[in-house]
Amino acid sequence: MDFNDTPQEAEFRKKVRAFLEANAEKRSTLSSKPNGDSGSSISSAGAPETVKGEDAAKVALDNAKEWQRKKADAGFAAILWPKEFGGYGGTPIEQVIYAQEEHDYFVHSGYFEIGIGMLGPTMMAWGKDEDKKRYLPKMITGEEIWCQLFSEPSAGSDLAGIRMKAEKDGDEWVLNGQKVWTSGAHFADYGMIVARSDPTALKHKGLTYFYVDMKTPGIEAKPIKQISGSANFNEVFFNDVRIPDSQRIGAEGDGWKVSLTTLMNERLAVGDPPGLDFDQIFEASKEIEVEDGLAVKNSEVRQKMADWYIQSRGLQYTKYRSMTALSKGQTPGPELSISKLVTASKMQDVSSYALDLMDMSGMVHQDKNPVLKNLFQNGYFFSAAMRIAGGTDEVLRNIIAERVLGLPQDERSDKKLPFNELPSGKN
Amino acid sequence: MNFDFSDDQKLLRDQARKFLQDKCDRKSVRSILENHKQSYNAKLWSQISELGWTGTAIPEEYGGLGLGMLELCVIAEELGRALAPTPFSSSIYIFAEFLKSYGTDEQKKKYLPLIASGEKIGTFALSETNGKPKPNNIKTQYVLGKLNGSKNPVSDGESADYIIVAANSDGNSNYNSLSLYIIDRNDPGVNISNLETIDPTRPACTVDLENVACERLGDEGIGWEMIDNIFNRAAVLFSFEQVGGAQVSLDEAKKYSLERFAFGKQIGAFQALKHKMADMYVKIELARSNAYYGAWALSTDSNELPIAAAGARVSASEAYNFASQENIQIHGGVGFTWEYDCHLFYRRSKLLSLNIGSIRQWKENLISNLEKRNIV
Repeated sequence: MDFNDTPQEAEFRKKVRAFLEANAEKRSTLSSKPNGDSGSSISSAGAPETVKGEDAAKVALDNAKEWQRKKADAGFAAILWPKEFGGYGGTPIEQVIYAQEEHDYFVHSGYFEIGIGMLGPTMMAWGKDEDKKRYLPKMITGEEIWCQLFSEPSAGSDLAGIRMKAEKDGDEWVLNGQKVWTSGAHFADYGMIVARSDPTALKHKGLTYFYVDMKTPGIEAKPIKQISGSANFNEVFFNDVRIPDSQRIGAEGDGWKVSLTTLMNERLAVGDPPGLDFDQIFEASKEIEVEDGLAVKNSEVRQKMADWYIQSRGLQYTKYRSMTALSKGQTPGPELSISKLVTASKMQDVSSYALDLMDMSGMVHQDKNPVLKNLFQNGYFFSAAMRIAGGTDEVLRNIIAERVLGLPQDERSDKKLPFNELPSGKN
Repeated sequence: MNFDFSDDQKLLRDQARKFLQDKCDRKSVRSILENHKQSYNAKLWSQISELGWTGTAIPEEYGGLGLGMLELCVIAEELGRALAPTPFSSSIYIFAEFLKSYGTDEQKKKYLPLIASGEKIGTFALSETNGKPKPNNIKTQYVLGKLNGSKNPVSDGESADYIIVAANSDGNSNYNSLSLYIIDRNDPGVNISNLETIDPTRPACTVDLENVACERLGDEGIGWEMIDNIFNRAAVLFSFEQVGGAQVSLDEAKKYSLERFAFGKQIGAFQALKHKMADMYVKIELARSNAYYGAWALSTDSNELPIAAAGARVSASEAYNFASQENIQIHGGVGFTWEYDCHLFYRRSKLLSLNIGSIRQWKENLISNLEKRNIV
C-alpha cells in the first residue's frame, strides 16, 4: 500500500503542476471564492453564474475562454479525448490527476465541462463525421460553448418523461416546449436536446436527439433565480424552432439510447464539488467564541467535527481506492457512487451548524461580510440545491440499492403504456 | 497510487474466509454464546494457531511468521465476519503488540513465541471503574515489587495466561506515575471472577490482585503513552473486524429482504428498506476506506497513525453499530428473537465499539490529534 504515483503518473503530474503554477492562482482553506466565480456566492463548479452585471459576466466569460485556450494549447483541455479532435489521448487516471491538481487553483472551467465531459463524447459515439470535424475542435478550445437541454418542468428525476415536441415537416423538425435547469443557455453557442418525436410510442421509445444552434429563431433563455440569490441555470423556451434533419444525432426514436451515452459520462464530467467541508469548519471553530471559549475547545463541537472528518476523509480515501483501480487499468468498483450523496448533506450540516456557532452574527449575509466572508451562509443555500442537482439524494439511494446492492427496481406503471396515455396529473 | 491489498494478501483473505466458513459457523459461535462454562472456542483457537494466524505479525526470531500488519488486517476482517469466539484480539492485537513495541529482548524471547504459537494467551487490564480510565481512577498500586488492586472489565481475562496490568506507583495518581507490569495468572494472589457481557462470545472478568509478583514492561512512568500507542494500533485492527461484521449485517439484511414477502412483494422492493440499505452501504464503504488508511499508517509506521487510527475506529464503530441495528429492523419481528442471528452482530458491534474506548472518546482523540498536527 502506498500513495505514490507510478513513474508515468508522476511525470504527468509534474507537467500539470508546472502548467498550473505558471498560469493560475492558488486557493486557501478559508476562502469563499469558488472555481470560476469572483463574486460573493458559491456556485457549482459546473454552473457559472448567469445574473450579475452584464459587464462582469462578459469579463468572466472572456477570462474563462482565455484560460480554456491556454489549457487546450497545453493539451490539458480534454484529457480523455483522442488526439484527432484536439484531446490529450490520455487515460482516466491522468484525468483524475489533472482534476486533483486543478482543484487547488482558481480557474474557470465550469463553462466547458458539460461540452467536453458529456456532449462531446456523445457526438463522438453517435454523430456524423462531418459534424465531429466541424464542432469538436472548437468545443475543446472554448471558442464554442455547448449546453445540455434535457430536464423539463415535468421531467426531472424521471428524465424520460420529456414532453418537448419534435414534429417532422419535410426535411425539417419543428420544436415546441420548455427545457429547464440548463446551465449556460444564455451564453452557449450550441445545445444538445432530447425531444418527444412520437407521443404514441412507449415512453422510452418515442424520443429523438438533436443538436441546435442557440441563435436559431424561437429559442429564448431566461435565468432562474435560486434561493442563494444567484442564477446558475436557465429555463429555455422553444417556439416553432425549425432545425434541419441533418442535426439529428442517432436514429429517430433512439433519443433515449443516445441520452444514456451523455448521462454515463456525467459521473466523469462532474468535478469535485466546491469545498465546504471539515477543513473549513475546523478552521472557523478556532475563530468563533461560544459559551465556554473558542468553539474548537467545546466538546460538543469536537464530537460533531469528528463526524464530518470521517465522512470527508472516508470519501477521499474511497477516491484513492477508485484511482488504484484506474491506475491498474481496471474499472473502479461501485464505491464512488456514494460521493455526492455524502458530500451534499455534509455541506448542509456543516453550514447550518457553523451558523449556529456564530450565533446572532450568523444572520448576516451581505457583501464583504467581515465574519468568515459569508462562507457558511453561502454554503447553507448552495447545499440545499446540491442535494437535488445531478440526482436527488433519493434517486441516488435508489441507484445504490438497485445497481450496487441488486435490490428490486421500484414497480412502475409507465413501462407498458404509450406515453400519451400515462397519468400526468394534467390530462 | 496503490491503495489496495496485494494479490497475496487477497489470497490469504480468501483462504481465511473459506476456512472460517467451514470451522466457525454460527452453530459454533452460538455454542459459546449459550454455554456459560466455555469462554472461547478452544478447538478453533488451536486450528487458527496451527495455521499461523496468531503469529502473523510477530517476527520470525520470536517464533512468528514475520509477515506485516496488512496481513493481520486481512485476518481481522475475516474474524469479524465470522464472529470468531476467540481471544485473538486480546492476545494478538494488544498483548503481542505491547511486547513487540516495549518488551526487552529477554521479555520478547520469553513471551512472544508462546503467544505466536497460540500456546499461551495474553490480555491487558486497565479499567477499574465506571467511565473512562484516567490517572485519578486507577487505584491499582505498585509498591515494593508487588501489585495490589482490582481490574474490571478485563477482556478475555479468564482464558489469559499472562496479563499486562496498568498500575500507579508509590501512592501517586498522575499522568506520569502509571507503568505497565506483566503478571502470571497462576500467581496465588490473582483472583479471577467472570462477568457477564453484552456479548458472551467476547467474555470479560474481574481480576483482583493481592501482593502479586510482576515484571515491568517498558520504562517507568510512560504507561499512558504506551497505552495510547498500542490502542491506536489495535484500533486499526479492530476497525477491520468491525467492517467485516458490518458487511455481513448488510448482506444478511439484503438476503432476508429478498426472501420475505409482504403486501404482495419482496420487502426489499420497498424504498423505505432500499434507502436504509443504501445508507448502510454508504457508512460501510466510508468505514472501509478509513480502515484502509489506518492500515496504511499502521503498516508504514507513519506518524499519521493517531489520526488514521481514530478515524478508522470512529468510522468503523459507527458503521457496525448502524448496520447491526438496521439489520434487526429489516428483519422485523424475527430480528429480535434469540433464534435469528441478528443479535449476534448487534451484541458484537456494541462490544467492539466499547472495548478499547468509546466512540466519543475516540472522536475526542481524533480532534485533539488534528490540533496537535496543525501546531506542528
